[in-house]
Amino acid sequence: MTGVRYRWLRFFKLGGIHATLLAYSALVLFPILLVFMNSFKDQMAIFGEPLKPPTPATFSVDGYKTLFEIANFQHYFLNSLIVTVVSLLLIVFLGAMAGWALAEYRFRLNTFMAIYLALGIMVPIRLGTVGILRLMADWNLVNTLAALIFVYTAMGLPLSVFILSRFFAQLPPDFKDAARIDGASEYRIFTLVLPLVRPALGTVAAISMIPVWNDLWFPLILAPSEETKTIVLGAQVFLGQFLNDWQAVLAALSLAMIPAVLLYMLFSKQLIRGLTAGAVK
Amino acid sequence: MRRKPFPWHITVFLAPAVVVYTVFMIYPMLASLKFSLYQTAEGGRQVFVGLGNYVRLLTDPIWNEPFWNAFWNNVVFFVIHMTLQNPIGLFLAVLLAANIRGAWVYRTIIFTPTILSVVLIGFAWKLILSPTWGIWFPLLDRLGLGDNEVAIALLGNESSALITLSLISVWQNIGIPMMLFLAALIRIPHELIEAAQVDGAGSWRIFWRIQFPLIVPTVGIVAILTFIGNFNAFDLIYATQGALAGPDFSTDIMGTFFFRTFFGFQLRPGDPNMGATVAGMMLLIILVGVLLYLYGWQRRMEEVQF
Repeated sequence: MTGVRYRWLRFFKLGGIHATLLAYSALVLFPILLVFMNSFKDQMAIFGEPLKPPTPATFSVDGYKTLFEIANFQHYFLNSLIVTVVSLLLIVFLGAMAGWALAEYRFRLNTFMAIYLALGIMVPIRLGTVGILRLMADWNLVNTLAALIFVYTAMGLPLSVFILSRFFAQLPPDFKDAARIDGASEYRIFTLVLPLVRPALGTVAAISMIPVWNDLWFPLILAPSEETKTIVLGAQVFLGQFLNDWQAVLAALSLAMIPAVLLYMLFSKQLIRGLTAGAVK
Repeated sequence: MRRKPFPWHITVFLAPAVVVYTVFMIYPMLASLKFSLYQTAEGGRQVFVGLGNYVRLLTDPIWNEPFWNAFWNNVVFFVIHMTLQNPIGLFLAVLLAANIRGAWVYRTIIFTPTILSVVLIGFAWKLILSPTWGIWFPLLDRLGLGDNEVAIALLGNESSALITLSLISVWQNIGIPMMLFLAALIRIPHELIEAAQVDGAGSWRIFWRIQFPLIVPTVGIVAILTFIGNFNAFDLIYATQGALAGPDFSTDIMGTFFFRTFFGFQLRPGDPNMGATVAGMMLLIILVGVLLYLYGWQRRMEEVQF
């Protein structure tokens, strides 16, 4: 008796859970798909039948043509790619070195350094913008990608050091001790342990990537020139100028979303692990 | 203790990160704070004025009106995130933690907007809510709101723009609390929940008696992260409403106010000293939040645990 009732209850409960999650997923996907779908339609169809997918009669890629003729999206994309990749390499490797030092060695300033570096997890780097802009102006770095790379590296390091030092601290000591007895230098030992925390390095890269790739503030302030625009700033400027060309605007939105979605699909595992690791206090 | 040679290797490992972080984050932050204590005299000379700029920001009507406007708008922005984003994120996490098939598919989908640029999300919603496109007019008609001016242009009305933008932001960022709560829920030992089920406890009771008490530390982390993120927000307002945070500054928050003060707008030139002052106030607000969290919330957590 109770067994049957229990099974029915469970059936309804599971059904309810799936229905709720499906409904929420639809709410998430609807705006994104709507933009993407309409970017492949002609102006008439965009306004006439916004909710219908493109048909052979309404299919059009004029928006994308306008985009490639007028805006320099390939160039913006390349800028974003350079800034993101170099920043991530620096965040991960400098973070790993510092994280290793804090986890492995006992020295007088250890706790101080750990707290000093952790400050940056809580305090947003944006609040130093006035100082950053003056510094970059003094060093002639305004409108260079290097300015962005330096700022993003400084922005990403605190969390990187924090997470990686916790991973280094969990490594079993036998391995390192064996290497030391064999006469390996501390630098050599670092290169030996680095592969052991490879998943953690991927995780740090994945969670550091989002704020760097998507940032609008620093490109807008430090590198707004045509030469150095990132894809987010380029899209922002383009969208503002072409407000009335709906085909072009929808195409620009779709095109700018694609790289982020692809990166997300590639790195979602590391990303989710990273969020989890960062949450463990 | 034995005397050891100077530990050069520690310096070598630590120095690059510490130098980059100090030069590009800590030094500019301190320089900005120092800058907020000066005013620019004729000829570009910097004159020390102590806390004069902060007094001006809080008492001079030219400054304190937009400041308090941005501050209270930011409070509204934060309250909407706390009352909607975090509870709904927790609710979704509880559903995802219920050991259902395909949980990772839902999880991946719901997190997608979080990885997209705020600029793109803001603009996509701006198009969707645009009266020119009118994509949701049929829905409004059905709800009997077809003639409602506010409902037709949610982003164009002072009474609705800030709430609408907050909801867009909630829609985008809900993945973060969801993931953090999910991570905490998954760590709860299965036996605990199974034992309660055997004793006949329903999901509601299990949530309030077992799951929630065990993830309370995460509730605190999510709250402080939301606070910092909200009082530092800028991109969404700038992308959808521009630097003027219209209509009539009704969506102005601290980030956009800082930007306008620093760079100027319309006929008013930018004022780096006052910009640094606004940034200093933002830093103060965030520090107060962090300290309240560390000393008010976390210390109490420790007392409960012992």
